[in-house]
Amino acid sequence: MSTVTGGHHPVSAAPTGLMGRISEALERPGVLGCVMLAPAVLYVVFFVAVPFFMAILLSLSDATAGDPRIDNFVGLDNFIAVTGQEAFWTALWNSLIITAATVTTIVVLATIAVEILAREFRGKRLVQVLFMMPWAMPVSLAAITWLWLLDSQFSPIDWVLVQIGILGPDGLFGPSRHVYYLGRTGWGMASAVFVDAWRTLPLATIIVLAGRLSIPRERLEQAQIDGAGFFRTLFRVVLPALAPVLIVAILFTALLVIGEVSTIELLTRGGPGHSTQILPLWAYEKGIESGDLGQGAAIALFLFPVLLAAAIVALRFASRLHDD
Amino acid sequence: MAILETRALEKHFGRIPAVNGIDLTSEDGELLAILGPSGSGKSTLMRMVAGLEEPSSGDILVDNESIVGVPPKRRNVAMVFQNFALYPHMSVRENIRFPLVARKVPEAEQQQKIDWVTGILEIENLLERRPTRLSGGQMQRVALARALVRDPELFVFDEPLSSLDAQIRSQARGELRELHDRTRITTLYVTHDQLEALGLADRVAVIHEGRIHQLGTPRELYENPGNLFVAGFIGDPPMNLIDLGDTILGARPEHLLEADSVSQEEIAVDLDVEIEHLEFLGAEWLIYGAVRGGVPEGDRAPRVIGRLRQAEPPGFGTGERRRFVIRQSNARYFDPQSGERTNGPGVAAA
Repeated sequence: MSTVTGGHHPVSAAPTGLMGRISEALERPGVLGCVMLAPAVLYVVFFVAVPFFMAILLSLSDATAGDPRIDNFVGLDNFIAVTGQEAFWTALWNSLIITAATVTTIVVLATIAVEILAREFRGKRLVQVLFMMPWAMPVSLAAITWLWLLDSQFSPIDWVLVQIGILGPDGLFGPSRHVYYLGRTGWGMASAVFVDAWRTLPLATIIVLAGRLSIPRERLEQAQIDGAGFFRTLFRVVLPALAPVLIVAILFTALLVIGEVSTIELLTRGGPGHSTQILPLWAYEKGIESGDLGQGAAIALFLFPVLLAAAIVALRFASRLHDD
Repeated sequence: MAILETRALEKHFGRIPAVNGIDLTSEDGELLAILGPSGSGKSTLMRMVAGLEEPSSGDILVDNESIVGVPPKRRNVAMVFQNFALYPHMSVRENIRFPLVARKVPEAEQQQKIDWVTGILEIENLLERRPTRLSGGQMQRVALARALVRDPELFVFDEPLSSLDAQIRSQARGELRELHDRTRITTLYVTHDQLEALGLADRVAVIHEGRIHQLGTPRELYENPGNLFVAGFIGDPPMNLIDLGDTILGARPEHLLEADSVSQEEIAVDLDVEIEHLEFLGAEWLIYGAVRGGVPEGDRAPRVIGRLRQAEPPGFGTGERRRFVIRQSNARYFDPQSGERTNGPGVAAA
């Protein structure tokens, strides 16, 4: 090889023209990094950060739909006002109940679904596709389907129940031929939980399935050889390994469900009365339909500190489990 | 203690045969190694014994009783996986207790067994730790303890040393043998590493393409390989296989001797070797050479490897030509077509 001579290195020709200089600049990690990050950062700033701070400002002002200027600081008046209304507490309670019930249902169902999907069987592809359908289905189409299924007069579920002798004049729970799912508080809430679980189960299942498939096969075979049956393996070997992804799945579905307006809006519109009212829908009705932007923002922000704290704790816990 | 036996055992995955008719009988309390390159079917054989795969045909017997169709949890076969497969979220104690709880061993007895097994493996001070906080050697001991604690009739080891660091591997090998000598549990030891198989096992089964090529003691395999595959697989460097036209002569590298040290009537083959390369390995030298004369003319000169058991440099250098011979008593002959061992030209039955 040639010897190195001090101070004289062959250098490629300096870039010429605009394109040349741009391409030279993009070679530098600092510049390239900024350019690549810019779209994501701009998106977050304009569509997440700005609305969020707007909401905080609104909640501290007396802005209304007629006079939306944020010019009058009223302190916590809006928060005090909304917490004085009975509908707010009903909505808060319902939101928490629906979320807790949905998440519980999903954790159980996702674990079962994952145990099935982690195994090999004939027709697995078809089952997978069918399973993902609710997630891929447009919300409006899903809503029409469920409105029909839960209709007070034409519900096919009721019809089937009558046919098998559970409802109807001679039925076990007769004489009515209808449950009126959406017209009764308990059934309305249960319907909302059912539809929310139906919609978010695919997402939770995908998250948990990824965790399930990352358990080494040897560990499950070792459990078999050690003499553990299905349930011992599930509770002592599989679920402890799934804990971190289950926490992530719980967090994701909880945040999705607690912020979900469309299910209740489409099914019951919060009725009858305010009996199935939930926070986000109540915030919308107060803030947009009644035009009180300040109170609407206060309702929407009410759960924010709680959710943020819950998210931080859950993620910390998950990462600690993961490291262990 | 138990005798393991397989009869005409076969396993196909689709149309691909993984295990292709294996008849194997262990002795009671034996450490039997299954040695083969990757893809030879040794893992499939082992998984069938453990109950993780069902045979396509044939039978597996423990003490003359078929265990085919018996689920793993009802077989008394303990297995140690290559990566040890410890339960990461349980302490060492809980790991060892797991098979006892799963088999509904009474609690008082559990403690007694855990004490006994942790004493044997000297892991009493690790009991409260998590597996992630253990070294490779400690993980292996815990995995062995978990396998041993349930008094299995049969041990199945899947390359248990291969995930250990090279430095502690020979020590771990010694410990494994010691453990076996103490417990005398019939053990199937699957490995691709001939050093492990030869160094540890009472007998070794060499397996290739789903068949057993030879079953014998380590010395039998080394000194009298039954066919060309075993000859080329056992030994490092492997046996020199020299094509003499109507037969193939096999000789270990250490049996390549300088011509002047051997009397004429003992010589099986006399080779004119050009030294190409010398390798110093501490206690010995390896001599890589090309055969220039003494064998039938071929397209290219056959290569041979010699081994000189001395630390001092050999009395020749690269590029020199030397006469090397192989003694009749050290020569092994193989049929070029079938690859099977023969008695060789002009030699009475051995």
